Amino acid sequence: MSTNKKLLSGNEAIALGAYHAGVKVAAAYPGTPSTEILENLAEYKDIYAEWSTNEKVAMEVGVGASYGGARTLVSMKHVGLNVAADPFMAVAITGINGGLVIISADDPGAMSSQNEQDNRHFAKLAKIPMLEPSDSQEAYDMVMAAFDISEQFDTPVLLRTTTRISHSKTIVETGNNSRRQVEDKVFKHNFRKYVMLPANARARRPLVEVRVEKLASFSETCVFNFVIKGSPELGIITSGMSYQYVKEVFPEASILKLGFSYPMPQELIKEFSSRVKKLIVIEELDPFIEEYVKSLGIVVTGKEFVPIIGELTTDVIEKAGCAMGILSEYPGTKADYKKSALPGRFPLLCSGCPHSGLFYTLSNIAQRSTIPGKKQREPKLIISGDIGCYTLGALSPLNAMDSCGCMGASIGNAIGMQKAGASEKLVAIIGDSTFLHSGITGLIDAVYNKAKFTLVILDNRTTAMTGHQEHPGTGKTAQGEDTYAVNLEEMVKACGVTNLQVVNAWDVKAIKTTLKASLECDGLSVIISRGPCAVSVRRGINPGKVDINKCTSCGLCLSIGCSAIRKAGDKIVIDGSLCAGDNCRLCEQICPVKAIYPDKPGLIGANSE
Amino acid sequence: MNNYSIIIAGVGGQGVILAGNIIGDAAIASGYDVKKTDTIGMAQRGGSVISHLRMAPKIYSPLIGENRADIVLSFEKMEAARCFNFLKPGGIVILNNREMPPLSVGCGKEEYPSDNEILSFLKQKTDSIYFVEGSTKSAAIGNIKVLNIFMLGCLSQFLDIEGNVWRESIIKSLPAKIVAINISAFDSGIQSVKPQ
Repeated sequence: MSTNKKLLSGNEAIALGAYHAGVKVAAAYPGTPSTEILENLAEYKDIYAEWSTNEKVAMEVGVGASYGGARTLVSMKHVGLNVAADPFMAVAITGINGGLVIISADDPGAMSSQNEQDNRHFAKLAKIPMLEPSDSQEAYDMVMAAFDISEQFDTPVLLRTTTRISHSKTIVETGNNSRRQVEDKVFKHNFRKYVMLPANARARRPLVEVRVEKLASFSETCVFNFVIKGSPELGIITSGMSYQYVKEVFPEASILKLGFSYPMPQELIKEFSSRVKKLIVIEELDPFIEEYVKSLGIVVTGKEFVPIIGELTTDVIEKAGCAMGILSEYPGTKADYKKSALPGRFPLLCSGCPHSGLFYTLSNIAQRSTIPGKKQREPKLIISGDIGCYTLGALSPLNAMDSCGCMGASIGNAIGMQKAGASEKLVAIIGDSTFLHSGITGLIDAVYNKAKFTLVILDNRTTAMTGHQEHPGTGKTAQGEDTYAVNLEEMVKACGVTNLQVVNAWDVKAIKTTLKASLECDGLSVIISRGPCAVSVRRGINPGKVDINKCTSCGLCLSIGCSAIRKAGDKIVIDGSLCAGDNCRLCEQICPVKAIYPDKPGLIGANSE
Repeated sequence: MNNYSIIIAGVGGQGVILAGNIIGDAAIASGYDVKKTDTIGMAQRGGSVISHLRMAPKIYSPLIGENRADIVLSFEKMEAARCFNFLKPGGIVILNNREMPPLSVGCGKEEYPSDNEILSFLKQKTDSIYFVEGSTKSAAIGNIKVLNIFMLGCLSQFLDIEGNVWRESIIKSLPAKIVAINISAFDSGIQSVKPQ
């Protein structure tokens, strides 16, 4: 096994490293770019891995497992740590028993997120150590070291990645490593450590400061903080993915790479700074390192030239280098090429998506639909949206969403808008996984405070957007065991909702009738629109076909936003290789002249793309 | 040992990611350092997929900078043009002659560019443009889904990775029952381009 060279993503490397470090319990809620960590850990049948209801629960499960003595990993995307911040801050005070490693996968550039917050601030806020890998090898090495650091200093450890680290594949050599046999710890009754009554919390407070001091001196000699000696003319302090770009753009420079980036190594930084003529910090997002270096009274350049917004790339750093006068010319684009205005290829709801019927109908009622050639009408209703595939309902041609901020917010936002005296009728839209994640408390609030709006729960029986993870409503655990599936109807009723309707997600007539009735009633109403995700069903048989003798090219079917239906010249055609066929039949139901009919079976199948 | 920076482009569902993984595996087996990254976003929902793959004795950035891709391998015609900014002047473009109109084109709001437009646009940087009938040939082989492996066959003509290394990586990466048809696709890809 000595030639153990694998091409692994950062997430795969973290899972493998945690497994080799003897992790026993792992908990997470899916979220790009963190999802694959738990997916990979769930494959190991000799550990316990769960999809938790949300990140807060995942963190609490992780804290409990650590108190119970197990090496534990909790993973989430950056905004997930907002949800989990309460138990995260609590365990920072109590410390741990079994090693506890928390993964925050940040998303510079907000490629799959509602923001690009820099979660390095969370390490400083909680006063816990932080590691930042710059490739999969470091991700593997660091997660193993993180468990030891956690146990050595009685602290949770934050391992912060970014999308580019989590999803890039780079070579990992694991040598002769295999799973470490970690000595079993047991829970020790310790009222002063684990019961955060104010008196105990105050007593532990100084211990946290002592811990930070110890960690700061550990940081000075930690193997993950190192200097690469180069030219004394230019010194660059960097961390994470930025390190790779710096190595490529400034091959001659002296580099201080911070892999253990909180608390920072004060002496190492001072020493490095004193040996170079010009000092710059190149880091993605906020000036986290730069502000610390400046606080030491060191003259340093950084965010005046390196963008604070978005993902860094070698191109971005080269441009910054030119602006700083370190590079003489930007070696990127030299010639002025003619630009080409290519049609955009944006994400959209899949053909056969169970959300399409609901959005199509809502879009019509709310006067949002844009039929080619027809004038846009004044929008009706206020539609409060949420996080998931169905956020794509906000895009053209559906245009059926007016707000979307964070997981579960659709319901609370609708309550607030109604209480603020919104003149329009309100609709809140949330998916099944998101409802279970953090919609339930909002619904209880709505009933309790007599809010008036219509809540639509889009129940596609999976966590679709992140790639079909199980959740408490699916009847399967992360490790594939059968389990109880939450009954959404019973749960909604138990919250006190009396006006509840369940509709088939592909029955346009039923959706229309139910939506209209719900919007006419004065109180709180809930509609569960149910149909399994089109991706898990895959392709159906009997794709739709257009009878060109009947079709008037009115364009109504185009307003579904289905990728299988398109206009070719002045004719409407359905691409049989994309159509979901019998799993959908939405366009057939809405065609006013009944020009769409199911084609003969057997025409698609194995050959569909 | 040559250095290569390769952009692999396509549409969600075309097998771009798997193709990149196979190249990476074959490159490691040939002694290269490899880094691979995808700008995938919400691509499973029909968006553009762009994979960056770099192989050399030592690689730092997984992302390819502007004007620095030696090869653009595109599974869809228009997506090749979308990667124009990465292509280095004089680089190689291999593009599958398959048109997948996005929704904006399907709705009649925008026009799909003509072959001529795509060609003249790409020709600003290079004359090494190889049109291949990947989808047609894949369908003839028996399943349009083997397109990604067909495209690897085309690509293999430009890299110094041996044929048997490619085949081993393909075999390793696919379920046994579909290996034979994919090896046929790979061989068909090899036959479909002759580097000038």
